[in-house]
Amino acid sequence: MESQTPLLKVKNLKKYFPVYGQGLVKRQIDTIKAVDDVSFDLMPGETLGLVGESGSGKTTCARTILRAFKPTSGEVLFQSRQGEVDLAKLSEKALKPLRQDMQMIFQDPFSSLNPRMTVSDIVGEPLIIHNLAKGMELENRVSEILEKVGLSPEYRTRYPHAFSGGQRQRIGIARALIMEPALVVADEAVSALDVSVQAQVINLLEDLQEDLNLTYIFVAHDLSVVRHICNRVAVMYKGKIVELSETEDLFNAPKHPYTKMLLSAIPSPDPDQKLRPIASFEEIESANNC
Amino acid sequence: MANQSDDLALSVKDLRVQFDTDEGVVTAVENVSFDVKRGRVLAIVGESGSGKSVSAFSILRLIQKPGRIVNGQIQFRPAEGKPVDIVGLSDRDPLLYDIRGGYISMIFQEPMTALSPVHTIGNQICEAILVHQSLSKKEAEKRAIEMLALVGISDPEQRLLQYPHEFSGGMRQRVVIAMALVCRPEILIADEPTTALDVTIQAQILQLIKKLQEEMGTSVIFITHDLGVVAQIADDVVVMYQGRIVEKGTVREILKDPFHPYTKGLLAAIPSQSNRGRRLTTVDKVIGDLDLSANRELKILPSGRAVALSDKEIAKLSL
Repeated sequence: MESQTPLLKVKNLKKYFPVYGQGLVKRQIDTIKAVDDVSFDLMPGETLGLVGESGSGKTTCARTILRAFKPTSGEVLFQSRQGEVDLAKLSEKALKPLRQDMQMIFQDPFSSLNPRMTVSDIVGEPLIIHNLAKGMELENRVSEILEKVGLSPEYRTRYPHAFSGGQRQRIGIARALIMEPALVVADEAVSALDVSVQAQVINLLEDLQEDLNLTYIFVAHDLSVVRHICNRVAVMYKGKIVELSETEDLFNAPKHPYTKMLLSAIPSPDPDQKLRPIASFEEIESANNC
Repeated sequence: MANQSDDLALSVKDLRVQFDTDEGVVTAVENVSFDVKRGRVLAIVGESGSGKSVSAFSILRLIQKPGRIVNGQIQFRPAEGKPVDIVGLSDRDPLLYDIRGGYISMIFQEPMTALSPVHTIGNQICEAILVHQSLSKKEAEKRAIEMLALVGISDPEQRLLQYPHEFSGGMRQRVVIAMALVCRPEILIADEPTTALDVTIQAQILQLIKKLQEEMGTSVIFITHDLGVVAQIADDVVVMYQGRIVEKGTVREILKDPFHPYTKGLLAAIPSQSNRGRRLTTVDKVIGDLDLSANRELKILPSGRAVALSDKEIAKLSL
């Protein structure tokens, strides 16, 4: 894979949010460094895990890459169909055609689907927005993608409430993939699902990756899922990537104390492997400062 | 088993809970029987809709209309005093109020919704004490401070005056635990208490519950869908599927040597080191052609374990 050009090169990406005081005059009193100097490369066909606790900046990082937020500084070099572009610098208008190439799958299959739209409206909407298909072609592409994610095209006239959590997540996946994107950001895409359904959706994501040559950024807090699905894992803590390595290296020989702490907290389903969480935060703080 | 019945804190028998809906009666829980041994942790495991929370809510008689307990007994055996059948109590029985939050208390999944946003922490903990015990306000406050210190909240005197929004998620869950344990209940029901928390915080809360449970000798009913959590906290396990118990036994029996295909499926579906890089086995694959609805009766095996399988299937197990 080394010989290929990366699909995505993130360089020194920063996203700061201002904090304003409570007085009458709006005065900035502080900045929250949600994403603080993050850099990584992403190869085509790769799955990169972005893990960390709530507030670590993993979701903000993923969303800033997709330009849901405007970055404070840094570069996001993306290999689009038209060649390399810096997503961080493009205007909204210039970004729009590029959005086809990068899509997102959301965590909550209940709130991410409009309850008043039918499945075929939800899944077909991106094609209409980008003026890519209409009429019969639209219908056909919706049916095709529904089948691909394991839903019967007969369901197309139904509304989201008629589906279970796992099926809704499949609808969300279909909506993202109908654009034939190169890059898919899955933000906690399986976290809200039951174990048995979660396994099905993980299998689906892996099959689709192979079929459609997708590149995933997999944002998650569940480290066992990340270990299963990702080639490489980046651990985020307070807006920075503290460790980025091949998945097995990270799990077998974590280097950063924060990674060690995170791994030590995973409860094993083996009752003989007792939980021994590391909780010395000072250790982590000191490692972060140097 | 009759000689062991003294050790039981709670015994649920043939519980059936139904919900009246527009489309007819839905049976959420059927034929559920389990015992909670005194001073032990029983985990009820299942996926959404399996009836695990409904079973637990029934114990406190918190099932609201259109739901109702149709059948069964929930016998609570306090350490001192006569056993009570909770199902048989009337809605306004003072004993029911003593049981709720007094003898048996509960912690919930989402600590923010379990706490009132407009009352201070101290106010809320003291309320629990004042409802159930005849203490003065001063004494109650002292107890609240002790309890906050016990659940690992530093500077409890100051924290007592703060509101829930001033606490982090993990700290809020500690407050909820303090509130639940302040009256020294005999049974603690914990409904997915760590599901909304980060792993590192989850590990701390699990250790806290385990430590307090051991120190206070509380019996715990721990509801979860996470088999990793079960392995770390439970002594005994009940596995529920579609409103029924499919298997019960000790934690080691269930997780190391599951009998029921559903339990096997759940374990196989967890991504882990052993199935890395391969497709995950899904539960329906493990169950295969086996018709689970054909064998819904729980059969007690000689070892004391119970499993809902046909005699033929049971004979095949290595016993």
